[in-house]
Amino acid sequence: MTRRRQSLLAVMTLASFGCTPPDMSNQGGVAAASVAAEWPASFSIGQNASSAQIAAINIDFGPDGEGAPLGSGSVAEGRAVYDTRCSVCHGATGTEGPNDRLVGRIPDDAFPFGEARGTRRTIGNYWPYATTIFDYVNRAMPMTAPGSLTANEVYAVAAYILFLNEIVPENAVMNAQTLPAVVMPAQNRFVRDNREGGAEVR
Amino acid sequence: MGKISRRTMLGATGGLIAGGLLKTQADALTVAPETAGPQVAQADPTKILGAPTSQLGERAPGEQPRRVMGNPAVAASSRTPLEQLRGIITPADLHFERHHAGVPAIDPDRYELLIHGMVDRPMTFSLADLKRFPAESRIGFVECSGNGGAAYSRNAAQDRSPSQIDGLLSTSEWTGVALSTLLREVGLSSDATWLLAEGGDAAVMSRSIPVEKALDDAMIAYGQNGEAIRPAQGYPARLHLPGWEGNAQVKWIRRLEASDRPSMTREETSKYTDPLADGTARQFSLVMDAKSTITFPTFPYQLPDTGWWEIRGLAWSGRGRITRVDITTDGGNTWVPAQLQDTVLSKCATRFRHIWNWDGDPALLMSRATDETGYVQPDLETLMAARGPGTSYHYNSIRPWRVESDGRVFFGPRDGA
Ligand code: HEC
Repeated sequence: MTRRRQSLLAVMTLASFGCTPPDMSNQGGVAAASVAAEWPASFSIGQNASSAQIAAINIDFGPDGEGAPLGSGSVAEGRAVYDTRCSVCHGATGTEGPNDRLVGRIPDDAFPFGEARGTRRTIGNYWPYATTIFDYVNRAMPMTAPGSLTANEVYAVAAYILFLNEIVPENAVMNAQTLPAVVMPAQNRFVRDNREGGAEVR
Repeated sequence: MGKISRRTMLGATGGLIAGGLLKTQADALTVAPETAGPQVAQADPTKILGAPTSQLGERAPGEQPRRVMGNPAVAASSRTPLEQLRGIITPADLHFERHHAGVPAIDPDRYELLIHGMVDRPMTFSLADLKRFPAESRIGFVECSGNGGAAYSRNAAQDRSPSQIDGLLSTSEWTGVALSTLLREVGLSSDATWLLAEGGDAAVMSRSIPVEKALDDAMIAYGQNGEAIRPAQGYPARLHLPGWEGNAQVKWIRRLEASDRPSMTREETSKYTDPLADGTARQFSLVMDAKSTITFPTFPYQLPDTGWWEIRGLAWSGRGRITRVDITTDGGNTWVPAQLQDTVLSKCATRFRHIWNWDGDPALLMSRATDETGYVQPDLETLMAARGPGTSYHYNSIRPWRVESDGRVFFGPRDGA
């Protein structure tokens, strides 16, 4: 952006603050029909995003497997990643801490969490989707070096955590196809919010 | 602070010159207030020239509220000192903090918000772009959905203050661009039902937000109480979802992806889901139900005297306006309506007050909020019956405060319970 354009923009920004009438009657009611009617179809503010720009930060990996990165990793490879990068905080077998417990099943895959406090939630007893392991570890782990693992390493450590939770066999390999296909023990436990205000406490 | 600092002196001189005084007079004046200074209370302030103007204001020396925190080395949250504040607005530097991987340092000149997915035109918006769009301001609360966990127990600790129980609640005037304005600009597909909101912190925090909310009253906020959003609240820009749980109001927002299904991120599966007694877990429980708490008198105060005291507190609902707050001083046998401070705003903290003549007997004080949907804040047993004693998040039961005959106040209904 040229210097001239920049200062012009600064002036306009200030002007728009100065002219916006305070809306006293209605919280957040600025998009009232009368105002919107004067709006152009587009303000022509902002830049078109290129597909490269999008790809650079489009990192989510949901249960549908859409956008899953290429790569793969085995349980054995995952054990190596886990032992060197994760066990210091999550324990030698994923149960010892000091941070979140990652491993643990409950007999008959019961779901006693609402009945009483105390049962630790783990990936094996609580998480509804296996893709969340990749999505989350890829974003945020290891805590002190987030984003430092390769896609292969994240697939591998996901495979290993699933193996420790007795959800996949020791020869499992996780990739863009196999990870979304894993069915988690708690998948059917999740229900949509049914609270809706009114007299009934839910 | 006996000696006037060089900096203060220069400031004084500048101010007086600007005020039209001759330089010689100004110079003479600056030597006068040897003992004056903002830190020293004067026996008779009318007999000594006061402190000069300054570029940045300071709190009175004796008024230094602080956020309430545990061990800073491990704490991922700090709490608003509710019992030390008045009115409804939280000073920005006392807004509660909850973050999952620290507060990122983001260069505002390099900041961009990307909106893509099921849209006609994927676009990025710089901070200047966001500020150039038609703006809006609204006063609203932000509350962590884990707030109040310390109260969700039949034998909760009693030496707890309102901030230790409910301090993950703050109220600000948020200024920004309506998210609907941005979605209009990129041409949101009518088939899109969810938006993945993602932050630019080291947790790359991500939450799926229903499009319905995004088009209703969601905002990309860059202003907080008249100034730029503080780093801990999402500088340079965050998602504000009036009345919804704090975690979904993604701070440091860098990306919004329109889609037709939720992404099932860790914070909407492993965390921020509410296990129920029937063996299910409630997911996308985003709205904060009506809630209230007394903020005075409460632990750690001790009423020094019997007689007239004003019971004060806050009520709020994520579903709209608070329509009434009832107060009991006899453990729930009789309830009377508290006075609500005008103007009651939707999805905003509301200040309530009730004047009370304490006779010196032990008393059990409670507040009970009702919102415009007719929802009444439940007591602990009602909430536990509805959700189960083990549930997590959305702990909005009535908060009991017990005044003992010596004036000390404790949390919880029973002595030694
Ligand atoms: C420096 C300590 C540390 C290291 C190393 C670390 N983690 Fe974590 N991990 C944490 C903390 C702390 C949390 C909780 C974060 C939060 O709640 O926001 C966490 C959370 C998690 C969770 C979510 C748990 C849940 O139930 O929600 C997973 C999965 C996880 N880590 C996997 C890993 C993996 C895999 C590695 C190695 C590649 C790793 N972590 C390395 C500290 C660490």
